[in-house]
Amino acid sequence: MNNNAKSSGRTAIYIATWICLLALTALTVTVAGMNLGKYGALTSVLIASVKASLILLFFMHLKYETLLLKAMLLGTIATIAVIIGLTFFDVGIRY
Amino acid sequence: MENSELNFYNTDGRYKGIFSWILSTDHKRIGLLYLTAMFSFFLVAVTLGLLMRLELIAPGETIMTAPVYNAVFTVHGVIMIFLFIIPGIPAGLGNFFLPLQIGAQDVAFPRINLMSWWFYMSGAMVILISLFTGGGAPDTGWTFYVPYSLKTGTNVTLAVFGVFLLGISSTMTGINFVTTIHRLRAPGMKWFRMPLFSWALYATGWVQILATPVLGLTLLLLILERLFNIGLFDPSRGGDPLLFEHLFWIYSHPAVYIMILPAMGVVSEIIPVFARRTIFGYKMIAFSSIAIAFVGYLVWGHHMFTSGMSDISRIVFSFLTFIVAVPSGIKVFNWVSSMYKGSIDLKSPLLFTVAFIFLFSIGGITGLVNGALATNIHVHGTYFIVAHFHYTMFGGTAFAFFAALHYWFPKMFGRMYRERLAKTACIFLFIGFNVLYFPMFILGWEGMPRRYYDYLPEFQSLQVISTIGSWILVAGIVIMFYNLIRSVFRGEKAGNNPWGGSTLEWTTSSPPPAENFEEVPVVTGGPYRFR
Ligand code: HEM
Repeated sequence: MNNNAKSSGRTAIYIATWICLLALTALTVTVAGMNLGKYGALTSVLIASVKASLILLFFMHLKYETLLLKAMLLGTIATIAVIIGLTFFDVGIRY
Repeated sequence: MENSELNFYNTDGRYKGIFSWILSTDHKRIGLLYLTAMFSFFLVAVTLGLLMRLELIAPGETIMTAPVYNAVFTVHGVIMIFLFIIPGIPAGLGNFFLPLQIGAQDVAFPRINLMSWWFYMSGAMVILISLFTGGGAPDTGWTFYVPYSLKTGTNVTLAVFGVFLLGISSTMTGINFVTTIHRLRAPGMKWFRMPLFSWALYATGWVQILATPVLGLTLLLLILERLFNIGLFDPSRGGDPLLFEHLFWIYSHPAVYIMILPAMGVVSEIIPVFARRTIFGYKMIAFSSIAIAFVGYLVWGHHMFTSGMSDISRIVFSFLTFIVAVPSGIKVFNWVSSMYKGSIDLKSPLLFTVAFIFLFSIGGITGLVNGALATNIHVHGTYFIVAHFHYTMFGGTAFAFFAALHYWFPKMFGRMYRERLAKTACIFLFIGFNVLYFPMFILGWEGMPRRYYDYLPEFQSLQVISTIGSWILVAGIVIMFYNLIRSVFRGEKAGNNPWGGSTLEWTTSSPPPAENFEEVPVVTGGPYRFR
């Protein structure tokens, strides 16, 4: 929304977001070396989700958008989660 | 078409001649471009269908060899599904009528709309090229199942890339329609004042947006696997062939709702007008579209009951399949109730619609036979399936498509077709259809497998009946297209509202002006103002 009015204050936020992303990348690399066994993938996915959310919220301005757009995006993600869930559910109990 | 007043045909855009069409961003022109292309492909695929039926008139080789038959049913399936029935009603008639129905000047992104047509045509061309290059036409069936699609020497890679491009086109259309409905409704056009066709396009748009990318990715993975042997689907490399089936049907099952939802929308539009009754259960019909779109995501596993899924998954998917029948049933009951005590005027659009309800009900109910775990084992991969999906896609969607063509024809061209001829065509289509496909239920039940150019002698009598049905059906198709095409040029002038419809598209002139409405309409009530 109203981009111009707020853009100056946002630069700081963008830089902060970027630093967070870098930190999380470092964390991913560290965790990958820690050999967490079957929790390894889970941790990476969690960190990746946090990163994706940061990008969506700040870089892609979702935080400043209307409820409708947020709901649309969440609905989409929920659908995909359910689809992936149902597929993996089959793989998990097939054998 | 040559009405003296200004309409979108005689309003100059930026370009002249053919370019005023293929570079036009007017949703009406793009809709007509789609319709022309789609029906041309449709006729090609119908010809292939006829040839297959001819091959099956007697056991053994009649007019083609087994490999040719394999290629023919694949190409028939690919064209019918990806080039005809999926773009089908939304890209053709939806493009033309969505903005008119909600009182907008155009779709939200006119250029993306044009681009989606170009993607569609490029995809079609790539598929066409794939038939004559490399190893020749693909022979995998329209489903491109691994492992065969990885091993076959035919030109699967290129054909699949063509389908990928078609997927992009479909996604763009979906995004466009959803945005248009959110942003461009005329003043006073509240959600629950929207015509049910627009509601159906809304639900369809979401399915296109959410499901089609899955197809795109799956097909890219297939291409990568073919080119580089990555090992995604090949068990000897640690891959999982079932993964392909999952991914493929995660798109392709919702895709059947991309096909049927707009058809249901059309039916909900036509019945009130020709029964002179307000639609029964407006909100239930609108919500059941959304419910179908949503539950439709969760039933893809019912295509894979015999592929080696876990038992629990099978039970879950079978259960969900039964659930999705509920909203479809709601619609059928609402349509029939809407006609109850109406002043029914059985003009050709309604005749096609009634045929739709009948054929679609058979298709839907036999779907439950497929969806039940025990009977599925018996009918999987047989002609029962071939009959079932022709009843839903052809008897269902295509009949509704024909109904819509007849219903909106006077609006699109400002002219009227010959009513008697239209009814004759419909009757030929209906009889031919049942003679062609009903025997396939019996054949399948008796064990005739699909995708074979040959069969045991005891199946011959039913096969012959089916082939004769295909001739009757094609006679109907020829009459219908003759009537429509002739009337585009020579039909009598039709008024602006020949059926007495009450949705917005009937308030503007026929054919509509380039801007759709002289002035922005203001909506004060629901869409169906009848008794
Ligand atoms: C004149 C009209 C038509 C005729 C004569 C016809 C005939 C056939 C025949 C004989 C088969 C092959 C059965 C087999 O060997 O397994 C077939 C398959 C198929 N048809 Fe049609 N059909 C017609 C129209 C349609 C329409 C309108 C659609 C969809 C909108 C459609 C979609 C399909 C599909 C998806 C297949 C499966 C292809 C495959 O197995 O990969 N057909 N059709």
